[in-house]
Amino acid sequence: MKIFCIAEVVILFTALGLAVIRGLPGPVFFPLRLLAIVYSDVFRGIPTILLVYLLGFGIPALGLAYVSEPELLWGVPAEMVWGTVALILVYTAYVSEVYRAGIESVHQSQNAAARSLGLTHGQSLRYVVVPQAVRRVIPPLLNDFIGLQKDTALVALIGVVEAFRQSQIDSAATFNFTPYLATALMFLLVTIPLTRLTDYLIERDRRRRQTGAIAI
Amino acid sequence: MSSLRLEDVHKSFGKVEVLRGIDLEVAEHDVVCLIGASGSGKSTLLRCVNRLEPIDRGRIFVDGNEITASGIDVNTVRRGIGIVFQAFNLFPHMTVLDNVTLAPKKALGESTAEAETRAAHLLERFGLADKAAEYPDRLSGGQQQRAAIVRALAMRPQLLLLDEVTSALDPELVGEVLDVIRELAAGDMTMVIATHEMSFAREIARQVCFLDEGIILEQGTPDQIFTSPSQPRTQQFLDRIIRAGRL
Repeated sequence: MKIFCIAEVVILFTALGLAVIRGLPGPVFFPLRLLAIVYSDVFRGIPTILLVYLLGFGIPALGLAYVSEPELLWGVPAEMVWGTVALILVYTAYVSEVYRAGIESVHQSQNAAARSLGLTHGQSLRYVVVPQAVRRVIPPLLNDFIGLQKDTALVALIGVVEAFRQSQIDSAATFNFTPYLATALMFLLVTIPLTRLTDYLIERDRRRRQTGAIAI
Repeated sequence: MSSLRLEDVHKSFGKVEVLRGIDLEVAEHDVVCLIGASGSGKSTLLRCVNRLEPIDRGRIFVDGNEITASGIDVNTVRRGIGIVFQAFNLFPHMTVLDNVTLAPKKALGESTAEAETRAAHLLERFGLADKAAEYPDRLSGGQQQRAAIVRALAMRPQLLLLDEVTSALDPELVGEVLDVIRELAAGDMTMVIATHEMSFAREIARQVCFLDEGIILEQGTPDQIFTSPSQPRTQQFLDRIIRAGRL
């Protein structure tokens, strides 16, 4: 749960940053744009579990000098940190594509109107384009976050005990499968209310802005 | 001094040359109407003046300063030139008040109080005071277009470009928008108006330019253009308008 929360917040921002970089205009920013493209190509291409292994086992094995206590990073087990980093890297790539689709779905005339008023490219994005884009991509964003939440189970494979791993331990000890069921329920207990909440927020926003979607 | 001057402006989209050498001078407080068939370059011309489209050749001056020179900050240029679009282009996620105050706050650095006071005055003046807290999608087309004009005016532009601002409106809503433009003209606003409303152009313009295939084929007072055009193409265009019952 902690893994998921931290990763989600980080991803929300890094992914948006990545999407914005891909939309930077002009040849000056070509290297940055290229970097962003390579990033999302690479990290969407690598299986998540591979990256979790690679970072979770690989980096501690490098035995870097500055890591005085290889088992702990900021008081947290190193595997957990690197597993979380792996999830962040992968999901940032996915989520940035969602944002990018949202940004591109906002009609060019909105940007033209903003720029015609003397707003800069950045201001136009910040106040006009991104707020509309984010509203449109909330459902697919939620998709990815449910995926992320479930993929935290992958971090267990490098030794971190999260809910799924804990239930494995428990059921192995007692030959009882109830822990699995309980874990499944726990996951649902988080995702379903989250889904309903976003549905409600989207609907409220729509009602406020329009007289009646069907009547028009 | 002329408020706006275009010298030999050329603009192509790919292989299509949309503007093929435009020369135009607009004096301060002048109202110039651009007429011509769809695709003749009216909208492109306005978008070039606002620097929304880069031009390929030629120069544009506003108040004697070249705005097409290299190294000119387009954001500064645009603050002084308002443009209103055919499709309103209001920001749908903001209230009318926020639409109007966004640019004064962010581009001019006005305080919220300052921007909102002036926005309230403008909305009041154009009959939108009670719509300030509404979202654009809840307004009629005429109200939306008036809000878009107010949004442009909030930047206190010295020049206003109107790009077929009534073309997307139902006929019964055209009048209220034209009234706004009449009031602006009476207030000495310098305006360049691309329009299909011929009788309105005839009434309000000091100069009428007939655009044909990317050049200003004929220019003159409304009387000259509408009653005794010298170019056969202008005559043809006006005949078609008359046959459509729009003049």
